[in-house]
Amino acid sequence: MIKAATFKRGVHPEYQKELTSDKPITISSLPSKVVIPLSQHTGAPAKLEANIGDEVKKGQLIGSSTGFVSATVHASISGKVVAIADFPHPSGRMIPSIVIEGDGKDECVSLKENTDYMNLSVDEIRAIIKDAGIVGLGGAAFPTSVKLSPPKEKSIDTVILNGAECEPYLTADHRLMVERPQEIVEGLKIIMKTLGVNRGYIGIEENKPDAIEAMKKAVSSEESIEVCALEVKYPQGAEKMLIKAIKGREVPSKGLPMDVGVVVQNVGTALAIYEAVRFGKPLIERVLTVTGKGVREPRNMMVRIGTLISELAAQCGGFVDGAVKVIVGGPMMGFAQWSLDVPVVKGTSGILVFTEDEYVSSEEYFACIRCGSCIDVCPMGLNPSMLSILSEKGRYEEAKEYNLFDCFECGSCAYVCPSSRPIVQFIRLAKSLVKP
Amino acid sequence: MAEEKKHPLIVSVSPHVKGEETINRIMWSVNLALFPAFIMSIYYFGPKALFVTGLCIVTAVLSEYVFQKGLKKKITINDGSAFLTGLLLGMNLPPSLPFYIPVVGSFVAIIITKQLFGGLGYNIFNPALIGRAFLLISWPKAMTVWSEPTALFVGLDAKTTATPLGILKEEGLGKLIEVFGDKMNLYTQLLMGNRAGSLGETSVIALLIGAAFLLYKRYVTWHIPFSFLATVGVLAWAFGGDNGLFTGDPIIHLLSGGLILGAFFMATDYVTCTSVRKGQIIFGAGCGAITMLIRLKGGYPEGVMFAILLMNCFAPLIDRNIKTNQFGAIKPVR
Repeated sequence: MIKAATFKRGVHPEYQKELTSDKPITISSLPSKVVIPLSQHTGAPAKLEANIGDEVKKGQLIGSSTGFVSATVHASISGKVVAIADFPHPSGRMIPSIVIEGDGKDECVSLKENTDYMNLSVDEIRAIIKDAGIVGLGGAAFPTSVKLSPPKEKSIDTVILNGAECEPYLTADHRLMVERPQEIVEGLKIIMKTLGVNRGYIGIEENKPDAIEAMKKAVSSEESIEVCALEVKYPQGAEKMLIKAIKGREVPSKGLPMDVGVVVQNVGTALAIYEAVRFGKPLIERVLTVTGKGVREPRNMMVRIGTLISELAAQCGGFVDGAVKVIVGGPMMGFAQWSLDVPVVKGTSGILVFTEDEYVSSEEYFACIRCGSCIDVCPMGLNPSMLSILSEKGRYEEAKEYNLFDCFECGSCAYVCPSSRPIVQFIRLAKSLVKP
Repeated sequence: MAEEKKHPLIVSVSPHVKGEETINRIMWSVNLALFPAFIMSIYYFGPKALFVTGLCIVTAVLSEYVFQKGLKKKITINDGSAFLTGLLLGMNLPPSLPFYIPVVGSFVAIIITKQLFGGLGYNIFNPALIGRAFLLISWPKAMTVWSEPTALFVGLDAKTTATPLGILKEEGLGKLIEVFGDKMNLYTQLLMGNRAGSLGETSVIALLIGAAFLLYKRYVTWHIPFSFLATVGVLAWAFGGDNGLFTGDPIIHLLSGGLILGAFFMATDYVTCTSVRKGQIIFGAGCGAITMLIRLKGGYPEGVMFAILLMNCFAPLIDRNIKTNQFGAIKPVR
C-alpha cells in the first residue's frame, strides 16, 4: 500500500471522533431567536442593513459587504428585528449584532435558481458567491470570493478541497462527505471553473474510510479530480500542511497558498458554494458537531447561523453533571466560552462540552526544561521553546528573529510540553506587541 | 441556564487537550533506565555501591526539600530530578569513600549548581557533574582510588587498582592487554563492566539497555550520543595509536571510562544541552573532541566530565545560532 501523504512533524492527540462519526446530520429545530453578528469573517465588518422593528424573511440581506475583504450577512429565520447592539461572540469579544425574534413561519425570500450553472460566467459566479456571504467554513472564515479572485500575476493551477478535519472530536465535514458527496464535487467543479484550473484534489484523513469511499465514488467520472488519503496527524488540515502533503509544495514564509499556485477550500464551503450558485441560497446555516462527554446526546447538526449555544445544548439532551468547559471549535484551536448565550457563527465547526475528566488544568506551569519536544512537533519548523522563553522575558522584538509570525497557533507545542507551558499564549502575546 | 449559574464555566486558552508527558514521567523514566547499571554496580562493588549512591540520593533530595521549604518555594522533590542528580552523582563516584564526600557532592550539585540558579530548567551546568568536579578538586586523592571489582559479597576488602584508562595513559596499550590476558577478554570485560572505575560507569551492557529504553521512549534522541561516540571513535582511531595516524584502538576508548554513561545519560540532560537537533550534533561532537583531547594529551586519564561541562557553556550559544528548519524558508536569491 502506498503510504498516505502527510507533512513533517505534528502530533497525534486522542481523536474521540467515535462519539459522533456514525451519527447522521440532523436538522436542528427552528430557533425562536437568532443573534447574527455583523462580523463573522476575517476582514471588514458588514454594514448594517436593517432597523429595529423591521420584519425580515429568511435569506434577506441584513448586513452588506464593505470592501474587497468583507462578507454579507443574511437573516437565517423569518421574524422581527428586536435589537441591534453589542453581543457576546464566540471569539470572546463583544460584536455588533442583529437579534431577530422568529415568527415560526420560516418564510424565505425568493431565490434565483440556476439550473445551467456551469455555463454562468466566471464573474457571475464570483458575484453570486460574494452576495451569498460565503466564507471559509473550516474555522478561519476568510471571505471565499477573495480566494476565488487571485491577482493576475498569481497563476493558479490546483484547487484542493480540505476534508482532513484533523481537529479531534469534530465530525461535521466527515458526515457531509459521507452524506452529500455529489454536491461537494459540484462545488469543487464550480471553484475550478472560476479559477480556470483543471486539477482538483480532495484531501481526507485515513480515519474516515467511509468518506474516502463516498468521495471516490462521486469523482469516479471526473478525470481532473483526485481523492487523496492523508495520514492521520494534527494539524493535517492546516492549509500549508495540506498543500505540502498533496502537492509537495511549501508555501513560503509570510506567503499565501496562491504563491504556490494553489487555492484551498473546506468541503463545507464547497457545498455552500454549490447551493449558492445552483439554488441562490445565501449562507444562513451550516453543519457542526455538538460533542464531548459533557453533552448527553452528541450529534452532528445542520444549524441556522445565529442560534444560541444554549438552545443547541437543550436539543442535545442538555449537559451531564460535572460539565465544566464549553469550547467553540476544536479542542486544539477552539475558544472556551464563559457564557452559553453566544451564537453559532459562520466559522463554528463544533461545540465541545468537556467534563472534569476531559478538562486539563492549565493554571500551573513550570520552567522550560528545553527538552525540544515542541521543536520536534512544530509543523512550521519553529523553535516554540525559544519563542515562549523570549516572550516570557518580555523580549518580544527578539522573537521575530525566530520567525514569530510564521506560527499559526495550532497548539501542537503546548500539547506535548512536559512543563505544561502555555506556549501558544506566550506567542500570541508577543505577536500582539510587535509589528510583523 | 440554571446549571450554568451553579457551575461557572472554566475559560482557558487553547489547546484544551494535553499529551501525557510530564516532567515527572520523564525524570522517573530516566531513573528507571539507570536501574540496570545501578544493579550491576552493586554486583561488582558490593554494599559500598549501595551506600555511596544511596547517600548521594538521600542528600540530594533532602537538600532540595530543605532549600525549597526554607525559601517557601514549591517543593518539587517528587519530580524525580533531585533523585536523578543524586543517582547520577553516585554512579560517577569511586566505590570507597568516606561518608562526607558523597554528602558534600550532592549538596554542591543541588544547592549551588541547581537551586541557586533558579531550580530545574535554569541551571547552566549539569548538577551531578559539577558535584563530581567539586569533589575531584577538593579530595583529589580519595576521588582517584579505584577498587578492583569483585563478584557480589566476595572479598569485601577489594584491592585497589588503576582503571583501564589509567593503565592506558601511564603504561600503554600493551600493559592493558597483559592485565586482561588478551584483547578479546579485555573487550568482553569492558562490556560487562568487570573492571575498576566509577560505580555506575563500568557496565557498558547495562547502560546500553537503559539507553535503548530511553531511545525507544524518545526521551533521548540519537543526535548527542551518536555524535559524541562517533567523534571519540574517530579521534581514538586517528590519534590514539602508538604507531602513527590511524593506528589507535577506538573500541577500548568507546568502552572505557564514563563515556557511555556520559554520552547517553549526562550530555543529554535537557536543561544543559542544546535543544535544536542540528545543534545537538555539534554539542555531541564537541563533547567527543574535548574528551579525546583530555584522554590523549591532558593530565587526567578521563575527560568525559570536563568535556560535558565545557560544552554546557556553549549550549546557549549553539541554540542561538543553529536555527530550526523553518517551513517555507525563503532561499536567498543568488
